[in-house]
Amino acid sequence: MTFSAADLLLVLPELLVITAACVVLVLDPVLRPSDKDSLVWVSLGTLAICMGLTASQMGTHASIFSGLVVIDAFGAFWKLLLYFVTGLTVLLSYSYLKEERLYFGEYYGFILLSLCGMMVMVSAADLLTIYLGTELMSLSLYVLAGLKRKEPRSLEASAKYFVLGAFSSGILLYGISLLYGATGSTRLPAIASAIATQGFTDPLLLFATILLAVGFGFKMAVVPFHMWTPDVYQGAPTSVTAFMAVASKAASFGAFVRVFVEGLGGVRTDWSAIFLLLCLATLIVGNIVALVQTNIKRMLAYSSIAHAGYALIGVVAAGRTEPSSGIASVLLYIALYTFMTFGAFAIVAMLRKGAVEGEEIEDFTGLAKRHPLAALLMLIFMVSLAGIPPTAGFIGKLYVFRSAVEAGMAWVAAIALLFAAISAYYYLRVVMVMYMRDPIDGTDPVPRLVMSPTLSIVLACAVAGVVVFGIYPNPLVNLAQQAVLTLK
Amino acid sequence: MTGFPWLTALIILPLLGAAAVFVVKDTSVRLTALSVTIADLLISLPLWWLFDATSGEMQFLESAAWIPSLSINYRLGLDGISLPLILMTTILMPLCVLISWHAIETRLRSFMAVLLIMEGAMIGVFAALDFVLFYVFWEAMLIPMYLLIGVWGGPNRLYAAIKFFLYTLAGSILLLVAILVLYFQGGHTFDILDLSRQTYPLSLQTWLFFAFFAAFAVKVPMFPFHTWLPDAHVEAPTAGSVILASVLLKMGTYGFVRFSLPMLPDASRLFTPLMVVLSIIAIIYGAYMALAQTDLKKLIAYSSVSHMGFITLGLFMFNIQGIEGAVMQMVNHGITTGGLFLCVGMIYERTHSRQIADNIGLTKPMPRYATFLVIFALSSLGLPGTNSFVGEFMVLAGTFLWSKAAAAFASLGIILAAAYLLWMVQRVAFGTPAPHMLHKLSDLNQREMATLLPLAVLIFVIGIFPNPLLSRMHTSVEHVIARVAPSSPHQSSIRAVLEQTTPVQKDDLLSTLDVVHASTVHPIGNLPLTETQGKRP
Repeated sequence: MTFSAADLLLVLPELLVITAACVVLVLDPVLRPSDKDSLVWVSLGTLAICMGLTASQMGTHASIFSGLVVIDAFGAFWKLLLYFVTGLTVLLSYSYLKEERLYFGEYYGFILLSLCGMMVMVSAADLLTIYLGTELMSLSLYVLAGLKRKEPRSLEASAKYFVLGAFSSGILLYGISLLYGATGSTRLPAIASAIATQGFTDPLLLFATILLAVGFGFKMAVVPFHMWTPDVYQGAPTSVTAFMAVASKAASFGAFVRVFVEGLGGVRTDWSAIFLLLCLATLIVGNIVALVQTNIKRMLAYSSIAHAGYALIGVVAAGRTEPSSGIASVLLYIALYTFMTFGAFAIVAMLRKGAVEGEEIEDFTGLAKRHPLAALLMLIFMVSLAGIPPTAGFIGKLYVFRSAVEAGMAWVAAIALLFAAISAYYYLRVVMVMYMRDPIDGTDPVPRLVMSPTLSIVLACAVAGVVVFGIYPNPLVNLAQQAVLTLK
Repeated sequence: MTGFPWLTALIILPLLGAAAVFVVKDTSVRLTALSVTIADLLISLPLWWLFDATSGEMQFLESAAWIPSLSINYRLGLDGISLPLILMTTILMPLCVLISWHAIETRLRSFMAVLLIMEGAMIGVFAALDFVLFYVFWEAMLIPMYLLIGVWGGPNRLYAAIKFFLYTLAGSILLLVAILVLYFQGGHTFDILDLSRQTYPLSLQTWLFFAFFAAFAVKVPMFPFHTWLPDAHVEAPTAGSVILASVLLKMGTYGFVRFSLPMLPDASRLFTPLMVVLSIIAIIYGAYMALAQTDLKKLIAYSSVSHMGFITLGLFMFNIQGIEGAVMQMVNHGITTGGLFLCVGMIYERTHSRQIADNIGLTKPMPRYATFLVIFALSSLGLPGTNSFVGEFMVLAGTFLWSKAAAAFASLGIILAAAYLLWMVQRVAFGTPAPHMLHKLSDLNQREMATLLPLAVLIFVIGIFPNPLLSRMHTSVEHVIARVAPSSPHQSSIRAVLEQTTPVQKDDLLSTLDVVHASTVHPIGNLPLTETQGKRP
């Protein structure tokens, strides 16, 4: 294997992120507690530089490290999204960790390491590289999920996440090895050409496809591989939950789409049938189970499961026709999902009830009286999650359903919309307790929202994304379509 | 004057106003909202005269690319069907602000903002010429209305609000799918006019018809999808009830006449019997339910179900009398029922009860109030000289051409309307008031007079001079009919005239219409009277 210095220049963002992660980890024990804020600025600065670098790579299309990694607009799209989410996570964590009295400098280090894993995932063109990226992302997240060391639920979340994550990684790896056996390569282009020549006759190939689908299904939290999600999302520190629900899901979708379109594109009618089943199961289970949740983090966990189902519609549609419009709708959907979900989690993170988080939906009672602006933002996020115009959630659904109808699956769009209407019930329950219930006087500490400048920035970014892209989605749409063009 | 974006201005102004009420001083919130709605009314009024009644084309067109990758455009325009509805909306909104002047004390800023957002969205629904844009406005109405009922509503508001929300949301599920299917069938466009020019296979039309039907029938609401309406009306604050009854319900019937009829003409003809049966059931069932109500708001809510039945009945007659009468009834019902709800709101502010039994004998203590109540009630039952008479009569005349039996059944609704409305008036206006209530029963003040007077005036203006309104909608309605019933023998003569229209013949056309109107006045002139005599309890 050979590579040149020019290759290194192209992965400069990855190198920068991993360097910053190491710097943060090294500096943490050295710095005085009062100086630890600088770790936040190191992280944010790195992200800003990377954003610039990756944006400049939007037009390049290069296969480097002997074809292990590909630098293209598709990867750049996801990376930009991931930087953005990571930046929001860092900002949110800055206030959240203070409020939770969790003073761990390595927190930011792990966030950056996880980000680096995600970046590798979305730009890898080799199944083993993707696997490496997945592991780097997941291992960092296992640690982050258990960061509230004094709280049993957080530890349970970490352990559960680790066991099931390791299990799913094993399945993924098994799928990769079978695929290697069937096609003789782990490089996506080589796999694609092998499938093109030999066709879909080998049962091994079918088995490998299913195992890959299961492995990615775990990472994307798709029914029936979602069982870890609610417990982990509930137990993990909320800032980490927000990061997992958005960034980890986005990166998994990125890698998943690349593998199945670039590598297994030749058998897309076959996998499209598998994903149709997964997609319907995800929509049904995610939305129905979310109806009965009383804990808002669990409710949002099931909502994020359900949203993976909507995004999968685009994947299924891509399998049935020309992939570009379906895949573009997936990219768009996940990008728009980012804003609303992160915004909702940010508000949940900063709602405090005494010393602990107010995690129950009931804790939002009367929020509109005490914090009218925060309640309005939460209303916007909930409405957007329910997919009601003029918000980003509607635009995402419009594009996904359009590709479904184009692929001749109007009935899938109809079912998905039915569940969108059902989902409106649980999203609006949050609106209902905020606006229509009066606070109950009791001895319990009254839940209040802890505002801070960084939280304001996070919320402003999230709500701007939801509202602006809900009314004028063109820039994001163009970016997604440009990204898909590079996907072979 | 050309080039001024009238419709955008009409939509944007209330939205800006909604932002403005959050920044003005506490004391001037009401005044700001009132001035915004009045300014919007003033912008909309010139449209009435600038509108070219001889043209059935869309006017005041505005077009801009919105989401080019899906060829979604920001397209607005008006024809003779949407113009009256927009004017009705802009006229009603200042009254909604006025009626909420003292009725709403909590979260006043949010309340006014919600009202103004709704005004923008409602005008958008009637003006949109792009299907996605229409859907956006259509759905954007839901959240403000949900908040209006849920935050400022009555004791059972949570149930009513979520019921309203889920019913209407579930109804429009298939609408979005249908819009997307039409996009691919109609040549990758969401343009309502382009989509209305094409012919689709009957099998496709059939299921599209039901997809549209689900959305619009829930909104109207047609029997058996009406159960959300009484709940929503009873719990909503007065302004909410007025908006609900006067504008929101019209969005459903507007959907039928704007989309179902021109886009799916074959399916519309195929399902006419179904629509007629459902409409007649709604007319009679709604009226019977109204007879049994003891709560004033519920009574008017069920009367709305009945009256909306006339509108859907008229729309599916596919003749000029039926559809024109139905469109006219949309406006009339907005004015009359809006007035009735305002009346109920005013008495509720005084006695804090909507029960008929608690509000009897108001003529002595509140003569002005009783006068208005009687005017609105008489208009609602279709007394000649009032607006509803013209509309309902045209609908019945149109129905008569289609089926005498259907017309006979529908007429039962008018008889029953006379029964429940006059019975209500008899109790509320002419009973003996309970002595302990008397001190609460102060007559209308100037603000309340100003709220009711415009509607009362409109009732008589439209009732006595319906032609300015009818002439503006005439050509547009004929366009619809040419789409949905091109071969019907009754229409062929009119279409022949239309196709060789010259200014001279246009006048002929209008004068024949006048003859139709004039000739129809006679046989019906004494009908409601005899009926009421027979039925008065």
